[in-house]
Amino acid sequence: MRHIISILLENEAGALSRVSGLFSARGYNIESLTVAPTEDPTLSRMTLVTRGDEYIIEQIKKQLNKLIDVVKLVDLSEGPHIERELMMIKVRAESGMREEIKRLSDIFRGSIIDVTSNSYTIEMTGDGNKLDAFIAALDEELIIETVRSGPLGIARGGKRLTLTA
Amino acid sequence: MELTGAEIVVQALKDEGVEYVWGYPGGAVLHIYDAIFKQDDVRHILVRHEQAAAHAADGYARATGKPGVVLVTSGPGATNAVTGIATAFMDSIPLVVLTGQVPTPVIGSDAFQEVDTVGITRPCVKHNFLVKRAEDLAETIKKAFFIATSGRPGPVVVDIPKDVTDPGIRIPYEYPDKIEMRSYSPVERGHLGQIRKAVDLMMAAERPVIYTGGGVVLGNASEELTGLARKLDFPVTQTLMGLGSYPAPDRQFLGMLGMHGTYEANMAMHETDVLIAIGARFDDRVTGKIASFCPNAKIIHIDVDPASISKTVRVDVPIVGQVRNVLSDMLRLIEEMTCEPNREALARWWERIGAWREVKCLSYDHSDKVIKPQFAIETLYKVTKDSDFYLTSDVGQHQMFAAQFYPFDKPRHWINSGGLGTMGFGVPSAMGVKQAFPDADVGVVTGEASVQMCIQELATCKQYDLPLKIFLLNNGYMGMVRQWQEFFYDGRYSHSYVDALPDFCKLAESYGHVGMRIANPADLEDAYREAFGMKDRLVFLDVVIDPEENVYPMIEAGKGHHEMHMSPHLSSERELA
Repeated sequence: MRHIISILLENEAGALSRVSGLFSARGYNIESLTVAPTEDPTLSRMTLVTRGDEYIIEQIKKQLNKLIDVVKLVDLSEGPHIERELMMIKVRAESGMREEIKRLSDIFRGSIIDVTSNSYTIEMTGDGNKLDAFIAALDEELIIETVRSGPLGIARGGKRLTLTA
Repeated sequence: MELTGAEIVVQALKDEGVEYVWGYPGGAVLHIYDAIFKQDDVRHILVRHEQAAAHAADGYARATGKPGVVLVTSGPGATNAVTGIATAFMDSIPLVVLTGQVPTPVIGSDAFQEVDTVGITRPCVKHNFLVKRAEDLAETIKKAFFIATSGRPGPVVVDIPKDVTDPGIRIPYEYPDKIEMRSYSPVERGHLGQIRKAVDLMMAAERPVIYTGGGVVLGNASEELTGLARKLDFPVTQTLMGLGSYPAPDRQFLGMLGMHGTYEANMAMHETDVLIAIGARFDDRVTGKIASFCPNAKIIHIDVDPASISKTVRVDVPIVGQVRNVLSDMLRLIEEMTCEPNREALARWWERIGAWREVKCLSYDHSDKVIKPQFAIETLYKVTKDSDFYLTSDVGQHQMFAAQFYPFDKPRHWINSGGLGTMGFGVPSAMGVKQAFPDADVGVVTGEASVQMCIQELATCKQYDLPLKIFLLNNGYMGMVRQWQEFFYDGRYSHSYVDALPDFCKLAESYGHVGMRIANPADLEDAYREAFGMKDRLVFLDVVIDPEENVYPMIEAGKGHHEMHMSPHLSSERELA
């Protein structure tokens, strides 16, 4: 099963490699991993998507918690949560197709953030399925380049992942 | 107090109460070596190879319970130490390893003797640090000791670039008393509700087994374990790392379990209905085939490391906490609840165990012509049982024979590389033990292959007057490799014969020690006594043993506890289901 794990870790050199090294050393898979500093500059927040049965996920959480740089973590998949991923996609937009592509982008609530005489770069956020659907809706020939951030996640409601909570 | 970075390193070790540092100098640590030169409190022991520095500090830590400290230079100094660090990591031994690094401005430039030490050691340390400012040295070293010794212990590497120890820069020094880390707070006490659940299971048990590992030794819980086992009259079996934490000569002790465990221990594991695992990690050499592991048992697991619980074998009652605290809470609960184990069922269980013991699975063909390795260990026990004797080991058949035939009765007296299985561990680890306990007898049991992997340390033993007694069980083969080749490769002994052996007696003598060669079983005991009589000399005993003796019982990798190969010496090969 797919799990999305949010991790607060010390914003220190090498912390990221401890996490990624753990996954490769123990043979766990990482589907995506994003990391950036938080409003507290001493902390980074990582969002990690992995797959495994209940037993593997339990081990992953224990092994992550064992890393000295990991301050706290939560498996967002255990409760209601929101996921968003950012995609920038550069597509061919020749004269006959420009309107059609813009309409399609609007339907998916994308916005065109860069324009040339023969291309658009579209910014789009959503969960992974939505981004997949947009890509599927485009003619494959039109796609010049895609870049995706991997999902970010946050729990719904009052729950939070902070030092004090 | 204003100190240079190098002086801070040494002063921090003093403030930490460190007596010994094992190390080897080199460019990146010269400032630190200069600071060591100018003081007498922290004694530096110069080894002949950095691997040995880590093993010696490791032996010291295993014997004393205090952290071992290592100091090596950058690049090859650090990489040579890696085997020793990994050895300590696998057996959860507290080490603080200080490694020199190239100066910060050239890190990443492939400078002379530069390696990414933090990167290389990451998977085999509990934690590691790269100190980039002298101002961070004291606190980082404090953290290193705290992390190494608390929770589930382990090695911590502190990588120190040369400019951080610059003798031209002085900064105020203060060593923190205590350290708080928001990201690290090991659990101390077990959950009482869980302990109560465990007690309920134990009281209802009809065929209980207590299975303990290195955690009981490291957690200083030997007394509590013995108290609990005696109170309940439960049988005890131990892993290779656990030996000594319950007195082996005791009636309730079943011997070691696992791949080369006793028949009674493995059969008891196979039939138990309540398994009490204490400070043990269900290693593959212990469990054999997971699907056949303790098929009828509810499992209680006490461990300080939550990640050890249900890692390979799913458990029913996990208890996370220091084993010593958990066991004393457990004993207290049992007393408060005034509960009693099922004595009637226990009597039947002991009867069944007694029948398994009758098999006498460790018996072997005695010989008056050739020294059997088993006899070599039995004789060692006979000669040393009344003294304070520490035995370290290398890795292979001799290690298993020692584990099977030397009944250890005190914790921290049997010192060997269980997890990583590092050949070359025996001699240097014994140096650490002897340094810690100069008045005790310290022996090394080794093989002619293992001992050559750190043989250069005979020079260190000479320099620091470390009169070890080295028992080389010399069969000319990498015995355990040969045994597997005999069993599983139709006797094709591919590269397991150790040709071109040195004359070990002359070799020992060339280092300034005493060499003795013994080939006749009748001479063995006297030779041992003579060796121990030479209190202030290292004696290297080259004991020529039966070249093709095997270690029995044996469970093949991937088989269950009930599928043991027994010695052909026993009337028929038993494969009891």
